[in-house]
Amino acid sequence: MELILCVAVGILFSVGVYLILSKSLLKIILGTSLLTHGVHLLVMTMAGLKRGASPILGDNSGSYVDPLPQALILTSIVISFGITAFFFVLAYRTNQTTGTEVTDDREGGEAANE
Amino acid sequence: MLYAVVLLPFLFAAIVPLTKRWHSLHPGWAVIPLPTAIFLYLLSLIPDIRAGHLHRAEAAWAPSLGIDFALYLDGLSMLFALLISGIGALVVLYSIFYLNKRMEALRQFYVYLLLFMGAMLGVVLSDNMMVLYGFWELTSITSFLLIAFWHRRERSRYGALKSMLITVFGGLAMFVGFLMLYTMTGTFSIRETINELDVLATGKLFIPAMVLILLGAFTKSAQFPFHIWLPDAMEAPTPVSAYLHSATMVKAGLYLVARMSPIFSGQELWFWIVSVTGLISLLYGSLKAVRQTDLKAMLAYSTISQLGLIMCLLGLGSAAAFYPGPVEGMFFAAATTAAIFHIINHAIFKGTLFMVVGIIDHETNTRDLRKLGGLMSMMPITFTAALAGTFSMAGIPPFNGFLSKEMFFTAVLNIQQFDAAHSETWLVLFAVIAWIASIFTFVYSMVLVFKTFAGPFSEDKLGARPHEASLGLLLSPVILASLTLVFGFFPNILSSTLIEPAMASVHRNLLAAGEQFAVSIHFWHGWTPEVFMTIGVIAVGILLYMAYGRLRIMERERDGGFSLDRLYDLLLRILEQGSNRITNTYMTGSKRHYLLYIFTFLIIALGSTLIRADGIHLGMVEYAPVSFYEIIIIVVMLTAALFVPFANSRVVAILFTGAVGYMVTLLFVIFRAPDLALTQMIVETVSVVLFLICFRFFPRLKKGTAAVSSKVKNIVISVGVGLVMMFVALAAIGSSPFEPISEYFVKESYNAAGGKNIVNVILVDFRGFDTLFEIMVLGIATFAIFSMVKLRMEPGPASARVNDMTGAARLIPYPKSNDVILKTITKIAAAIITIFSFHLFLAGHNSPGGGFVGALMASAALILLAVSFGTDLLSRVLAVNFRMVTATGLLIAIATAAGSFIFGAPFLSHTFGHFYLPILGDTELATAVLFDLGVFPAVTGVTMNMILTIGGDREWN
Repeated sequence: MELILCVAVGILFSVGVYLILSKSLLKIILGTSLLTHGVHLLVMTMAGLKRGASPILGDNSGSYVDPLPQALILTSIVISFGITAFFFVLAYRTNQTTGTEVTDDREGGEAANE
Repeated sequence: MLYAVVLLPFLFAAIVPLTKRWHSLHPGWAVIPLPTAIFLYLLSLIPDIRAGHLHRAEAAWAPSLGIDFALYLDGLSMLFALLISGIGALVVLYSIFYLNKRMEALRQFYVYLLLFMGAMLGVVLSDNMMVLYGFWELTSITSFLLIAFWHRRERSRYGALKSMLITVFGGLAMFVGFLMLYTMTGTFSIRETINELDVLATGKLFIPAMVLILLGAFTKSAQFPFHIWLPDAMEAPTPVSAYLHSATMVKAGLYLVARMSPIFSGQELWFWIVSVTGLISLLYGSLKAVRQTDLKAMLAYSTISQLGLIMCLLGLGSAAAFYPGPVEGMFFAAATTAAIFHIINHAIFKGTLFMVVGIIDHETNTRDLRKLGGLMSMMPITFTAALAGTFSMAGIPPFNGFLSKEMFFTAVLNIQQFDAAHSETWLVLFAVIAWIASIFTFVYSMVLVFKTFAGPFSEDKLGARPHEASLGLLLSPVILASLTLVFGFFPNILSSTLIEPAMASVHRNLLAAGEQFAVSIHFWHGWTPEVFMTIGVIAVGILLYMAYGRLRIMERERDGGFSLDRLYDLLLRILEQGSNRITNTYMTGSKRHYLLYIFTFLIIALGSTLIRADGIHLGMVEYAPVSFYEIIIIVVMLTAALFVPFANSRVVAILFTGAVGYMVTLLFVIFRAPDLALTQMIVETVSVVLFLICFRFFPRLKKGTAAVSSKVKNIVISVGVGLVMMFVALAAIGSSPFEPISEYFVKESYNAAGGKNIVNVILVDFRGFDTLFEIMVLGIATFAIFSMVKLRMEPGPASARVNDMTGAARLIPYPKSNDVILKTITKIAAAIITIFSFHLFLAGHNSPGGGFVGALMASAALILLAVSFGTDLLSRVLAVNFRMVTATGLLIAIATAAGSFIFGAPFLSHTFGHFYLPILGDTELATAVLFDLGVFPAVTGVTMNMILTIGGDREWN
C-alpha cells in the first residue's frame, strides 16, 4: 500500500509542479491544489498506514493510528483552503483589471530592465 | 572623564535639534562651548601625560568577542585630540559667521559636525581595534554627510559618494587587517598586540594584515593613488574642508600609521611602503597643486602633498626600529619628531589658509585664480593671515613651517645612512625628490597668496568691489596665523608638552624605563646642507614663479589623456552596469523562471542529500495490505490528476481537480482519519463552488502557446520534483529514529485534556497555538479578499475596462434557478445540515468533528441556500456582517486562551471537569470547547465572507 502511495505522491507532485509552471492563473491555482493533496498523502504515508484503529479513544482498541499527522494535515487543509480562496480572488481581480488571466512574463522583464 | 570626551559630542548632537525654539540664536553658539571645554580639559592633563601616566577607561562591551570599550590617552592620542577639539572650536566659531542662519539647514550641519567630532575623538582614543574601526567608519559617514551638505548640487553628491566609497573601501580593508591580527594574537587591544610581537612576526598573516591596515590609512589620508576623493570633497562648505579635509579627518590615516608603528616598524616592507607612498604623494600633490585654478582645489592637492610629506617622515622614522642601540635609533627617530611637529604645523597653516579662502569666496563669490587679484589693499587682515599661512607652508623663516621643513630635509639626508635597507642608491632619491617637491610647494604657495592679493584688481571680472570680512569671520584665521609665528619663534613650547610624549608612544623601545625624549628645536644649526637646500628651494622657486606667469599654466586646456579620476568613474560604471547585467540575466521578472530556479534547487538539494545519505531504498518494513477498491480509488485519482493539464475547458479542469480531492477524501476514510475525511470533503465542496463563482465568466481557455523547448523543460523539472518526492516518501517510511511524540498524545489525551478524539484534542489543546494562528491566517485571508474585491484603486481606465467586462458578463444570463423542487429541498437540507454542523461542533471533543468541520458544514448549508436562491437574497435575509462574525470568533478564541491568565496558568491552558446540569445530567465540560466556540464563528465568517464578497460583486455588477 505504502509503495503505491509513494508513486501516487510522486505523480501528484509532478502534475502539480507542471501546472504551476504554466502561464494560466487558473492552472497555477489548480496546480497548488494538487500539490497540496500530494503533501497530505505524503505526510500520511510517512507515518505508516492502517496501523491501528481511528484515533478516537474508547473503540476497545489497543493501538491507534498516529494522530499527529492527522492533526497536521487538518491544519494544512484549512490553511490551504484560505490560500486557495485568496488565489481565486486574486485571479478574479486580475482578470477584471487586465482582461486576461494569462500571466505575461515580458511585462516584469521590462520592469527589471529599467 | 575620557568617556565624556568621546560621548559628549554625541549627546550634544542629540540636543542641538532641540534648540530650534531660539530662533534668534545661531546654533553654533550652542555648540562651541563643547570643543572648547574638551580642549581645555585635555590641556590640563598634559603634565600628567608628560609624567608618563596613562589615562584610561575601560568598560566591557562584548567580552565574548574580545570587544571592550577601552579608551586610552597617551601622548599620541593627546596630540590628535587637542587638534580635533582645538581646531574644532575655531572652525565652529568661524562657521557661525560663515553660514547664514536663515539660508542653511544649520542644525543638521552642527549635528553632523558634532557626530564627526565625537567619532574622531573615538578614533584617536580607542584602544580596541574594533571600536576604533567603528569610529573610523563613522568619520567616513559623517564626512559623506558634510560633503553633501549642499545636496542639491550634483558635484556635491558626486564628491560625497566618491569620498565615502574610497574611504569605506579602505576601512573595510583595515577591518580585515585587524581581524588577521586578532587571529594571531587573540586580542583586539592595540596595546596588548604590541606586547605580542614575537608571536606576530612569525605569523603568516602578518604581512597581509600590514598591507590591509595601510590601505585603510592611505585611503583616509588621501595618499596616492587613493587621493582622488579629496579634491572632489572640496564641494563641502569651507569650514568643513578646513576641519575634516585638512586638519583632522585626513590625519586619521597618519594617526593609524603612527599608532601601528610599534607593531610593524621592524618590517622592511613597512619602511618602504610608507615612505615611498608618502614621497610619491608629496611630489604628485605639489605638481598638481601648481596647475590648479580653483583656490580650494589647490589647497586640496597641497593637502595631499603635505600629508604625503608626513607619511614619508613616519616611514623614515620607522628605520629606527632596525637599530638596537639608542644612538642610531635616536638618529633615525628624528624623522618621527619632524612628522609629529609637522602634523601640528600643517593643521595650523592649512586651517588658516582654508579659512582665508573661505573669506575670499564669501566676499568675492569666486575662488577662481584667473579672476582674482589685487585684494591686498581691500582685505589687509585677510592678506596678512594668508601670508603667514603660505610662507609657513613654503618653509620660509621665521614661520613654524620652516622649522619642520628643515627637519624634513635632515631626515631625508640622514636616511642615506640606513644600511639595513640594502639599497643605498635608491635612498639618495629621497633627498632629491623631497627637494624638487619643496620647490613646487614654494611655487604654489606663492601663486596662492600673490595671484590673489597682489597684481591688478579687475572689477569687471568680480562684479562688486569686495571689502574686508567681519571681525568674527577673521578671528579664527588670525588666531591660527599668529600661532604660526608663535610656534616659529618658540617651537619648544610644543616640544616638551606634546612632541616628546607623542614620541614616547611611537618609539617606546628607544626609551629605558622612566626616561623621556629630549626634543629641542632650533632655528640655526650652522651652515648645514639643510640650509643650502632651503636657499636652493627659495631661489629656484622664485625663478619658477616668475616663469609661471609667462607659461600661462592656468589658461591651458587640460582634459584628455588618462587620469585616475576617469579610472574611478570607469570602474564605478563597469561595476554598476556589470552587476546590473548579471542581475538581469537571472532576475528576468518572469515568475516561471523563478519557479524553475526554486524547483531545480529543490531537486538538487534533496536529490543530492538522498544520494549522499544513501536514502534511496525500499523500506524493509511490513507494508499495509492492499485491497481491490483501494487500487481503484488511487487509479481514479491519478487519472483525474493527469487529465487536468489536458483539459481544454475551464470547468472540466476544475471538476477534475475536485475529483482528485474527493478521492483523497476516500483515502482518508480508508486510512482511519475520519476528521480529515470530513473536513476534506466539505472543503472540496466549498472550493469547487468558489472556483465556479470566480471563473465562470472567464474567457475560454486557450491552448498553450508556449514553445516546445520550454514545455520540455517544464516536464523535465516537474517529473524531477515528482521523482525526488517519491524517493523522499520511500525513504521516510518505516525509518523512525526517534520515539514518536504521538504516543504521548494518545496516552494523555483523555487524562490531561478530557477528550477522546485525539486529533481534535491536539488541535485545540496540545497544539492550540497552531490553531490560533491558523484561524488568524484565515481571518487575514478574508480581509484581503474583501479589500481586493471592494477596493477600486484607480477610477480611470481600469474601471472603464471593468465596465466593459461586466457589460460582456451581462450578456450571459446569471443562472438564477427557478427550480421549485430544488428550492424546496434546499430549505430542508440546509436545516438538516445546519443541525448536523452543530452536532459536529459539540461532539468534536470526543468523536469525529470539531469547530472547523462544524463551521465548514454550516457554511455549506448557507452556500447551498446561496446557490439556489442567489447570494443577494441570502445576504438580505441573513443580514449579518460576516467580517464581524470572523472578528468575534477570533476574539473569543483569544479571550479563551488569555483567560487562563486569570487562573495563573500559561496562555492557552485548558481545564475540564464534570458538572451536574439540571436536564443533561452529568456533563463533561472543557474549556477547550470554549476555544472551539471561537473557531466555529471565525471559520464560518471567513467562508461566508468569501462567497458573499465574490458572489455579491458579480451580481452587483
